[in-house]
Amino acid sequence: MPTVSVKRDLLFRALGRKYTDEEFDELCFEFGLELDEITSEKDIISREQGDQKAEGASDVILYKIDVPANRYDLLCLEGLVRGLQVFKQKMEAPRYRRVSAESGEPQRLIITEETAGVRPHAVAAVLRNITFTQNRYESFIELQEKLHQNVCRKRTLVAIGTHDLDTISGPFTFTAKAPDDIRFTPLNQSQEYTATQLMSLYKTDSHLRHYLHIIEDEPLYPIIYDSNGIVLSMPPIINGDHSKISVNTKNVFIECTATDLTKAKIVLDMIVTMFSEYCAEPFTVEEAEVVYPDGRMVTYPELAYRTETLSADYINRRVGISESADSVAQLLTRMCLKSEVVGDDGQILVEIPPTRSDVIHACDIMEDAAMAYGFNNITMTTPRTYTIANQLPLNKLTELLRMDLAAAGFTEALTFALCSQEDIADKLGKKITETRAVHISNPKTAEFQVARTTLLPGLLKTLAANRKMPLPLKLFEISDVVLKDETTDVGARNNRRLCAVYYNKSPGFEVIHGLLDRVMQLLEVRPGRKRGYYIQAAEDSSFFPGRCAEIYAHEKVVGRLGVLHPDVINGFELTMPCSALDIDLEHFL
Amino acid sequence: MADSGLLESLLRLVEKVDGGLDSQDAVGELGVEHQAVVGAVKSLQALGEVIEATQRSSKHWELTGEGREISEQGSHEARVFNAIPEEGLPQSQLMKLPSGKVGFSKAMSNKWIRLDKAHEGGPRVFRTVESIEDTVREKLQLVKNGKSSQLEEKEKNELKKRKLLSEVTIKSYWITKGRNFSTTITKQETELTPEMIASGSWRDKKFKPYNFEAMGVAPDSGHLHPLMKVRTQFRQIFLEMGFTEMPTNNFIESSFWNFDSLFQPQQHPARDQHDTFFMSDPALAREFPQDYLERVKKVHSEGGYGSQGYKYDWKIEEAQKNLLRTHTTAVSARMLYKLAQQEKFTPVKYFSIDRVFRNETLDATHLAEFHQIEGLVVDYGLTLGDLMGVLHQFFMKLGITKLRFKPAYNPYTEPSMEVFSYHEGLKKWVEVGNSGVFRPEMLLPMGLPEDVSVIAWGLSLERPTMIKYGINNIRELVGHKVNLQMVYDSPVCRLDS
Repeated sequence: MPTVSVKRDLLFRALGRKYTDEEFDELCFEFGLELDEITSEKDIISREQGDQKAEGASDVILYKIDVPANRYDLLCLEGLVRGLQVFKQKMEAPRYRRVSAESGEPQRLIITEETAGVRPHAVAAVLRNITFTQNRYESFIELQEKLHQNVCRKRTLVAIGTHDLDTISGPFTFTAKAPDDIRFTPLNQSQEYTATQLMSLYKTDSHLRHYLHIIEDEPLYPIIYDSNGIVLSMPPIINGDHSKISVNTKNVFIECTATDLTKAKIVLDMIVTMFSEYCAEPFTVEEAEVVYPDGRMVTYPELAYRTETLSADYINRRVGISESADSVAQLLTRMCLKSEVVGDDGQILVEIPPTRSDVIHACDIMEDAAMAYGFNNITMTTPRTYTIANQLPLNKLTELLRMDLAAAGFTEALTFALCSQEDIADKLGKKITETRAVHISNPKTAEFQVARTTLLPGLLKTLAANRKMPLPLKLFEISDVVLKDETTDVGARNNRRLCAVYYNKSPGFEVIHGLLDRVMQLLEVRPGRKRGYYIQAAEDSSFFPGRCAEIYAHEKVVGRLGVLHPDVINGFELTMPCSALDIDLEHFL
Repeated sequence: MADSGLLESLLRLVEKVDGGLDSQDAVGELGVEHQAVVGAVKSLQALGEVIEATQRSSKHWELTGEGREISEQGSHEARVFNAIPEEGLPQSQLMKLPSGKVGFSKAMSNKWIRLDKAHEGGPRVFRTVESIEDTVREKLQLVKNGKSSQLEEKEKNELKKRKLLSEVTIKSYWITKGRNFSTTITKQETELTPEMIASGSWRDKKFKPYNFEAMGVAPDSGHLHPLMKVRTQFRQIFLEMGFTEMPTNNFIESSFWNFDSLFQPQQHPARDQHDTFFMSDPALAREFPQDYLERVKKVHSEGGYGSQGYKYDWKIEEAQKNLLRTHTTAVSARMLYKLAQQEKFTPVKYFSIDRVFRNETLDATHLAEFHQIEGLVVDYGLTLGDLMGVLHQFFMKLGITKLRFKPAYNPYTEPSMEVFSYHEGLKKWVEVGNSGVFRPEMLLPMGLPEDVSVIAWGLSLERPTMIKYGINNIRELVGHKVNLQMVYDSPVCRLDS
C-alpha cells in the first residue's frame, strides 16, 4: 500500500478548514485511507540517523497517509484534496480537457522501429503556462516517484520524463541505440558520458542502481532526442541535464515510455490531471502527437471519459440498501463519478473520469456507492443460505488422533513445512536425489530450499531447542509433507503423516513400538499378517543398523519405526538415544 | 522422635503450670539439656495440636570461668586478706600467691590491708580490719543462682568489665496447651491404608495433617500445541455455523489458480520473486481446464463480463509457474470452479484453515509460513450487509462484539473491507481481518450464474493465538524453537471468554 506524505498545514489550507488528528483520522477511515503516522522531517531524520543530524531539519508536521494500491489519483496532495473536497461536497469534480496547441502545431514524438525490442511504447503531453511554487514543484517530483514505484512497477512498465519545453525544440525522436553510441550530460552532472559509462557510474547510486537491470543486457538502449540532437532522456534510467525543470519552468513537456501501453496512458493522464490545476487555464492539457514506426499517429493525453449505465436496483441489491436512483446518483457524484438519473426506471448514467482508472466494472461503481453511503451505515443482515457442514475426512481423522496421542503422553509440536536440503537429506543419512522433494527456486536463505518430505527433522530440531527440559521428551506431529507426483496437475502433492519421537537416556524402542500399537488400536487395525498390521526388519540409513522396522498394514508398507542412527542424532545436535515412528495416515482413510 | 518418656514428662509439666512454660525453665525440672527439651517440643508439634509452642529469645547473665571460680573460692582481694596472718606477711611472699597481684591492689583500695615499706626484713603487709565482707562473691553467687535481677544494672556492668559476667541471648520456646492437649502420646498415621479400611482401625487413629500450601505432583501427560488448540476452536466455530471444510492439502499451486483465476494481473507486485516462493522442480504446472483458461486469459487481456479488463498481453508461461500458495484462496478458486461445473447450482458455505507461504522479510510477527483462516458463502443475491452480518456472527463467537468496516483494496474482491474491532486493552480499533465480495471477473469465467455472489473473509490463525496466549515473538509459538514449557503450561482455549 503506497504511503503519501503531505504537510499538514498545507493540506488543511487546501481543504479550507482545520481538523484535529482524530477528526482527520476518522475522515480517512470513511474514505478508505489510513492516517498511518504523524511526524516531521526532523523526527524522521532523528529516528533514522540520530538527533545530531536532525538539527536544523524542518519540524513542519507531516501526515503520512496510506492510499489503496489502485487509487493513483490520490498519490499527491492535489489529488487527495480534490478527492476529499468532492466527497465532502465542498466542490465539484473538475472537468479535464485536452486542447490544441495555440500555435496550431502540436508537439510531436516520433517512435522509430529500433525501440521495438526494448521499450516499444511512448505517450506525451504538454502542460502550458504552469505556475510552480516550491511546494507544488516538490509535489510534482514526488508524484512521479510514487507513480514509478507503484503503477510503473519500479519503472519496468512505464518511465516518466518531464522537461522544460522552452529549452528544447521538437519534433522529438524516441529511438534505441547501442550504449557506446549514446553520449550526453545526465541530470545533475557537469560532463558528458556514454551510456556504457553511465551504467557503471550508477552501479553505486543508491537510487538509480535498482533500475539498471531493466535495460543493462539489451543491445540497444532507449533514448529520446530533440530536433537538434539534444538528449531529453535515456529511459528508464535518467533524464538529460539540459532540459531539466525547475520551480521557474513555465512549459512542461511530459513523455512516458513503456512496455505496457495501457499503463503508460494511465500514468500520463494522472500527471496531467493532477497538475493542470496550476496551468493558466486550469485543468486543460495541451495535446501532443505520437507517430509510430508504421506511420500511425495518435494524439495524447487520452483524458477519456467513459460512461456506464446501471440501475439503482443493482446497487441496492448488491449493497443491501434501498436508496432512490437520485440518491444513488448523488452518492456516486461524491466519489468523483458524475452521475445522473436517465429515464423513469431508475437507470443511472455514470461518467468515469480519466482519474479513475481503477473503475473497470459496474462492481467498482457499486463499491463507491457503498463507501459514500458509509459501510458502517449499512444494516447487517443474515444470509438465508441453508447448508449442512461437513468436515474434510482427512482433517477429521487428524483432529481425533491428535487428542488421543496427547492422551498417550506425547506432546504436540508444530514445525515448518519448509526447510533446508540438508535437513531432509544429509542429516538423515540420505541423498537429496533419493527424496521426492520439491525445490524452491528463489529462497532468500537455506531454511527455505525445499518443502519437507518427512516430519522427522522438524521434531528433532524441536528436541534440540529444548534440551534443557527434563527427560524423557515425547513429541508428535500430524501434518503434511510434500512429494513430487507426476499424476497431479502441478506435479506434486501433500501427504499427511504422523511422526513421533522418544528421547531419553535409553532408546526406548519399546515405547515407540507401544505407541504404534496404540495408534493401530485407535485406527481399528488388529495385529496380524493378513488383514492386520505387523512390523518387519528393514534397512534404512537414518536408523541404527538392526534397529529399524517397516510397518505393514493391510499388506502395504505404511511407515517405519526404529532407533535413530548416532550420526543422525549428532547431525541434529542431540546427545541422547532417540527412537522414532513415521506413518502415512492417508492409508487409513 | 525424642523418647516418649521425656515427651510425656514435658506434657505433665505443661499440665501443671498455669498459662505456660518456658522451655528454659523445664531444663531444671526435667534434668536434661535445653537442646533435648527443644527436640521434645518439636516432636510434640508434629503430632498435631497437642501443644502450642512459640519461639522467643531472652537475654540472660552468666558467670565467666573466672566468675565461677570467684563464686566458689571468693574474690581475689578476699583471698589475699585471708592469707595474711596477724603478724603480717612479707610483700614478696604475698605476690607469689595465685590471687596476689590483682587481690593486693583491690584489697589496698578497699583499705582492708596496709603496706609497711620500712619494716625490717623488707616491705610487709598487715590487715587493717578485723573482718571483711566479700560482696563480689555474694553478687556472683546471686547470678549463679539465677537471681541476677536482684543486682543493679550498674553492678552487673562493672562485673562484666572485670570479665566475671557475660550477657548471652537464649532462644527458647513458650509452651502452652494445644487444642488437642493430652498427657499421653498417640502416634499419628501418615496415610489411610487398605488394612485400616479392612479392619476399621482408622476410626481410632489420628492422621497427620496435610500441608495444603504445597503444590501437587504434576500428572504425567501429553499436551496439545496452543496454535492447534486455537485451530480446533476456529474449526468448531465454522462447523457450528454450517460451513464445509475445503481440501487445502496442496501446498504447491500453479500461478494460474493462485493468481490468474482470481483476476490478479500478471504484473501484480505479489507475483514478484520478492514476495512469492516459486518452484524450480517441478517448475511448471501442466494441466488446466482449457476453455476456462481461455476465458481467464480473455478477461485479463481484453475484458468481458461487463469489465474493461486490464488490457495487457496475458501469457500462459506466467500462469504455468508453480509456487508455494500465497493464500488458501487458490483452493477457494478451485472449489468455486468445481461448483460452477455442477449441472445445477447449489448454495454452499466453505471454510479452510491451513498453511500459506510468503517470501517476506521475517520479524517478530512475520514468518515465511503461517496459517490462513478463510470463510466464504456462495448464494444468489448476497449483499454487503450479509457479509457484515456473517462477520458479526463469526466474531461474536470469538468474543468480539464491536466491529467496524473500512473500505480497502484487494485485486479479487470488490467491495473490499478491512474488519476492525475495538480492543478494550489498547483502547483503540485494531484490524482483525479482511473481507470482500469476489469480483465478477473472477466468478463469471468459471461459469457461475450471474446473480450468484460470493462473500468471503480471511484472517491469520497466529495473530489471535498470540493475543490469546500473550506471546510477543512468533518464533516462540511456531516452529522448532518453541518453548515446550509454554506448550506444557498453556491453558484450554475458549475464544469467547
